[in-house]
Amino acid sequence: MYSASDLKKGLKIEIDGDPCMITNFEFSKPGKGQALYRCKIKNLVTGNTFDKTYRSVEKVNRCALISRDYTFSYIDGDNYVFSDNDTYEEAILNKELLGDLKYFIVDDMQVEILFHNERALDITLPNFVEMTIAETEPGARGDTATNVMKPAKLENGYEINVPIFINEGDVVRIDTRTGTYSDRVSKG
Amino acid sequence: MRNDGVKRRDALTRSVRAFFHERDYVEVETPIRLKIPCMELHIDAEASGDHFLRTSPEMFHKRLLAAGHERIFELAKCFRSGERGPLHNPEYTMLEWYAANADYMDVLELTKALIASVWCDGPSDWKILAVSAAFMEFAGWDPAGNYDEDRFDVDLVEKVEPALKAIGGAVVLKDYPIEAAALSRPKPGEPLLAERWELYIDGVELANAYSELTDPDEQRRRFVNCAAERAAMGKAVYPIDEAFIQAVREMPPAAGVALGVDRLLMLMLGESSLDPVLPFR
Repeated sequence: MYSASDLKKGLKIEIDGDPCMITNFEFSKPGKGQALYRCKIKNLVTGNTFDKTYRSVEKVNRCALISRDYTFSYIDGDNYVFSDNDTYEEAILNKELLGDLKYFIVDDMQVEILFHNERALDITLPNFVEMTIAETEPGARGDTATNVMKPAKLENGYEINVPIFINEGDVVRIDTRTGTYSDRVSKG
Repeated sequence: MRNDGVKRRDALTRSVRAFFHERDYVEVETPIRLKIPCMELHIDAEASGDHFLRTSPEMFHKRLLAAGHERIFELAKCFRSGERGPLHNPEYTMLEWYAANADYMDVLELTKALIASVWCDGPSDWKILAVSAAFMEFAGWDPAGNYDEDRFDVDLVEKVEPALKAIGGAVVLKDYPIEAAALSRPKPGEPLLAERWELYIDGVELANAYSELTDPDEQRRRFVNCAAERAAMGKAVYPIDEAFIQAVREMPPAAGVALGVDRLLMLMLGESSLDPVLPFR
């Protein structure tokens, strides 16, 4: 348990069984009154944010978050199945939870999955992934400018902006944190 | 380090001293290390060896009033354990002053004159709101006669103070519920209320004032109740300071104000945190 005076921005706590994070924190103490800890809190499952004021006598549950290393195995309908690197136990993440990250998951990819009471909350991919360009307008020969961009599609349908010199079949590196083109790995 | 805050503090403390000296106030120095700190429910003193650092100079000022000093002020470093935030620092400067034979509304006039004197582009429009009226308007209930400490503190911070900030300028909340009287006297003819006000400027609580309680028996009752409540909360309980009780018995009717100098400087500089005016914190 935390005391209210332990609260601070960035601290993860548990409210009504859900993992939450304090996104804003303000110490307040009206004249002659008690210390109040005013928090903006984000529910890490639903993404909802709300305000909550704690009095100094109140206790707050700690939030036990554990992250473990997994290897991507296979896709089963809407679910992505990963295997624990130590125990080989499977973890199943729905594509809703993955969002756009699902486009950057490739065979045997090493990932880190964050759990709260055995419920998967978040996934961290390697910062960069190599993907093949499936569709794009042909680029002008010899044009190596990197500041002029054009749309392109990956094999899985994800749309991305790439420099004008990139052609279909080229392998490019994508930054999974931003979902944007980083550089070209090889020509197709 | 911002030189602006350092120089403006020098100008402010000079003008504060000039203001009080022009009005025949005597600048006093009272002990910083105390055997017995003033007992208040939510104010905790820092230990200093076998003493405590003062949380306020109030108890010694009342002893000076009892000894016949009728107009006194002090620029007093004070210390409060565990108070840290944009508007709080465990060590801070309090301007405290007392006038004999005055009440809380008399010292409000002096406070207006002080702010006008030391802060040339400070607030010109002063609004006075009764605590009951402010709570009725902004929180939907009247704490006088219905006092609930938790509800009062939370609504004050979440509903009333933001409304005072929206009003802007100087707003005085006056006539607190008697349960929140601290060291103020009951309002004559209105036993549910205490003669206490708090000044807010741009929503920031800046000063607290009382018509001082001069009834030693009532003062002792409040300390005994406070000790029991602190003990129940697991907080340190300080003994009753008999020299202070004696001063309450002997002092003339008086009113006093405690004003946060760091917060005043912060407001004068147009800042919203104490960081620029407390360069070493």
